[in-house]
Amino acid sequence: MNERIKKLRDQSQNAIPRISAERALLVTEFYKSDRAQQVSVPVRRALAFKYILEHKKICINEGELIVGERGPEPKAVPTYPDINLHSLQDLEILDTRPKVWFRVDEETKKAYEEIIIPFWTGKSNREKIFENLDQSWKDAYEAGVFTEFQEQRAPGHTVLGKKMFGKGFLDLKEDIAREIGQLDFFNDPKAYNKREELKAMDIAADAIILFAERYAEELEKRAQEEPDADRKIELIQMAKICRKVPAHAPETFHEALQHYWFIHVGVITEVNPWDSFNPGRLDQHLMPFYEKENQAGTLDEKQAKELLSSFWIKFNNHPAPPKIGVTAKESSTYTDFSLINLGGVKEDGSDAVNEMTFILLDVIEEMRLLQPSSMIQVSKKNPDRFIKRTAKIIKTGFGQPSVFNTDAIIQELLNQGKDLTDARNGGASGCVETGAFGTESYILTGYFNLTKIFEITLHNGVDPMTGKQVGLNTGNVKEFTAFEQVLEAFQKQVKHFADIKIKGNNIIDRIFAENLPVPFLSLLIDDCILKGKDYNNGGARYNTSYIQGVGLGSLTDILTSIKYNVFDERKINWNELFSAMEQNFDGYDELRNQLLNNTPKYGNDDDYADKQAVDIFEIFYAAVDGRPNTKGGHFRINMLPTTSHVYFGSVTGATPDGRLARRPLSEGISPFQGADRKGPSAVIKSAAKIDHLRTGGTLLNQKFTPSILEDEKGLDSLVQLVRAYFRMDGHHIQFNVVTADTLRKAQKHPEDYKDLIVRVAGYSDYFNDLGEDLQDEIIRRTENEVF
Amino acid sequence: MKGIIFDIKHYAIHDGPGIRQTVFMKGCPLGCWWCHNPESRAREPFSSQKTEKMDGRELQVTETIGKEYSVEELIQIIEKDQVFFEESGGGVTFSGGEPLLQFDFLLEVLHECKKRDIHTVVDTTGYVSQAKMERAAQYTDLFLYDLKHMDDALHRKYTGVGNELILDNLQLLDDLGKEIWVRYALIPGFNDQEENLLNMLAFLQKLKRQPKVSILPYHKIGSHKYHRFGLEYKMNGVEEPAKEYVDEVADLFSEAGYEVSVGG
Repeated sequence: MNERIKKLRDQSQNAIPRISAERALLVTEFYKSDRAQQVSVPVRRALAFKYILEHKKICINEGELIVGERGPEPKAVPTYPDINLHSLQDLEILDTRPKVWFRVDEETKKAYEEIIIPFWTGKSNREKIFENLDQSWKDAYEAGVFTEFQEQRAPGHTVLGKKMFGKGFLDLKEDIAREIGQLDFFNDPKAYNKREELKAMDIAADAIILFAERYAEELEKRAQEEPDADRKIELIQMAKICRKVPAHAPETFHEALQHYWFIHVGVITEVNPWDSFNPGRLDQHLMPFYEKENQAGTLDEKQAKELLSSFWIKFNNHPAPPKIGVTAKESSTYTDFSLINLGGVKEDGSDAVNEMTFILLDVIEEMRLLQPSSMIQVSKKNPDRFIKRTAKIIKTGFGQPSVFNTDAIIQELLNQGKDLTDARNGGASGCVETGAFGTESYILTGYFNLTKIFEITLHNGVDPMTGKQVGLNTGNVKEFTAFEQVLEAFQKQVKHFADIKIKGNNIIDRIFAENLPVPFLSLLIDDCILKGKDYNNGGARYNTSYIQGVGLGSLTDILTSIKYNVFDERKINWNELFSAMEQNFDGYDELRNQLLNNTPKYGNDDDYADKQAVDIFEIFYAAVDGRPNTKGGHFRINMLPTTSHVYFGSVTGATPDGRLARRPLSEGISPFQGADRKGPSAVIKSAAKIDHLRTGGTLLNQKFTPSILEDEKGLDSLVQLVRAYFRMDGHHIQFNVVTADTLRKAQKHPEDYKDLIVRVAGYSDYFNDLGEDLQDEIIRRTENEVF
Repeated sequence: MKGIIFDIKHYAIHDGPGIRQTVFMKGCPLGCWWCHNPESRAREPFSSQKTEKMDGRELQVTETIGKEYSVEELIQIIEKDQVFFEESGGGVTFSGGEPLLQFDFLLEVLHECKKRDIHTVVDTTGYVSQAKMERAAQYTDLFLYDLKHMDDALHRKYTGVGNELILDNLQLLDDLGKEIWVRYALIPGFNDQEENLLNMLAFLQKLKRQPKVSILPYHKIGSHKYHRFGLEYKMNGVEEPAKEYVDEVADLFSEAGYEVSVGG
């Protein structure tokens, strides 16, 4: 790392997260204008976007090579009152909460009190959504049966494809003009809607070009004032680049990075989309630029790394926009889930690992930043040395990169009906979600608390935490004479709650489609221009809605415990079990020991237990998969928790697997913390028993002590373990390499462990920024290990 | 026929090539002072008290050390890890205890493994009759062979048996052309004297094939087990060897042309 990068990295690391009212004020000013009242909804959104980019502060940080900030300065995070309106109390909480805080100054509070809150109250999208959802949805939501991603952030969940590395926005404007010219107002009843949408996209293209030109102007000004001759040349060069991209297609490595970065800032300024945005297959996109310049002698590896490092820091300058309410608990992190993909296969199916892949791995290792997150795609065609190089980074214990199975991802996409080329251009984003990059909207709709639903099943539709009837009457389990009846009752409850969830999402989808189109994002994803249709309204080639199942490991152990202890072995009867759970096992040490230590558990390659995992998977799959959404696509499942397993655990009482009330559930498809006692190979065998290829992603967390990866043999074995899992169609695996002892020390003395990054679930985070309950959960997860 | 097994370890990466499953068999004719699996010595299963900790609460429970398996049961468990064996060039390792003590059972399991093309390793003290060793060698791809001391009297003192049969068997396996990795547990003050090392080297140099040499530096990890199982612990005050010394010993063997690994 050279001096410049070190400085920029420090600046980014030390920047204070704060709330900026800049965007909120600009969007309010625009919405108050006469112009805003006269135009169609898509055009209004595009003009608002343009208004922001025309007026927002231009920020150029000292020494940086890639420019563009979403806020007025690094880590100054804008708000989106058009989507979710923070109250003064929310701002107070953000300012003062002990973790993942955002400073809010008096001026910002004043702006909220006097201008933003008065204007947006009753108008924000979140309020519209809650007005339109019915009581059964609200009851289930409040009971913690599911969460809803879109209630305060816009559907994003998409990744840039290769298109934009070969096109500028002027090219897109030509495409738009052609489509407008071809509209058939005589025969196409949607022609007007299409024209308004295309007009909006055209305005959004102008807006981003204008934004870059404002940067160019400022850079030119700075160049004139710059006393340092070298920096002066740099600034002139950067200004030239901003005059060229994103209006025109990039031709150099530097241009390509700057081009993408303007696009990124555009997407996360227009709205607050989930998973921010993501350049996707970065090694594939950048290799042609690098190769050309490297051969011409205009760019060497060192220079490329410096530019990439500067690029990395830009991601780190952009924390996730802060949420309010339930979502703050369920996913509280500065991370905004931009996941760089490396490796995999090319469009023709051949090995895609190239020189740029290894350069990027070096950058990831050296930068050691929270954002962007990184992953490798591993196909059977990729060389072992690619995995082994990655294993050496994993070994350093910052939880990145995570490891994905390209061949499984392609198969998953094909199973969903996608074209082979689109599938090969795909990957995973966010935590582990499968998508076709550049052609798909694959929104996550919310976490689905399978364990809670089973708790409700055990109580015949009543939530024992509140005494409220939220589910169906599926019978008194104490009267059931066979284990199959338990499963049957559960299946009915899952269907019931999936219905409620899907109905809710079909309503929310429409609210976004009608009120919050995203013309800028629509420019980027095919086939929005071609169809004259917004990204939020089914404009993408593929439109998938995912529901995320949570608690597979916990629920498998719960069902196994009932099957084993109550039915098959008759060691415990229902009354004893219910009393023990009601008492949170207080006074039931022997019984709890039976449940915890003498009952088969998921994660040990034990078919007796793993059978229940498969049953749960099939029940969830049948309730969700293939049901239509409102955008011409379908609902699908994936299995990932982010941090919701902590929230979901907190609303769930003691369970028949011996878990105490309100404790976290298992995460992803990983075994419950400490339930796996036969090492990583047995975990992998258990996890591979569900059919990953029928999901849109599963998450498996594997812990290792640093000592097991110490020598070459340890690294080679890790490579082979990954290969074995992927041979069994496993989708994803991530490794936490840190000792429980280190974590305990960090919890006690956070000041000494400011840089400690751990793998949470599908992403990494600073250990210090995690809530204490999640910290405890990770410590427990780590200390039970033998490996 | 049943075998008595006290542990099965999956993802064992230091007990032979690749990712392995290590089956720990009960019973050992030796009684090495530094043994880190003292619960393996007695051939029959026995009960022991242990403390289960559940969120700060403690519960005394009885645990049985050692469990009977039929050949079929064990083979089923071994086969579960086939995918890892194939990906890594691994297989199954029989350790103990002294696995050859349960000779008939082991022989049948080894035979069944070879029928399934599973790579087999026997981790042995070498203290078994020559006839048995020769038969086991038929179905064993690799021997991990412990060399504890070259001096017969000291060997007898620290392990309870002399080393003559052990050295003869090593010679025998070499004559049979078997692949061998010699395992040398380096115990400070017991078998780390230069004279012993040189004698060991001299012996190895007489073999036709050059075995790999694994140096296993003494660690105290097993000491708590002596306490738990109520056994006499004779290693009080013995410290783990300095890394520099371990490296020196490793160099001695590498300079003599041996492939050396430390710790596995």
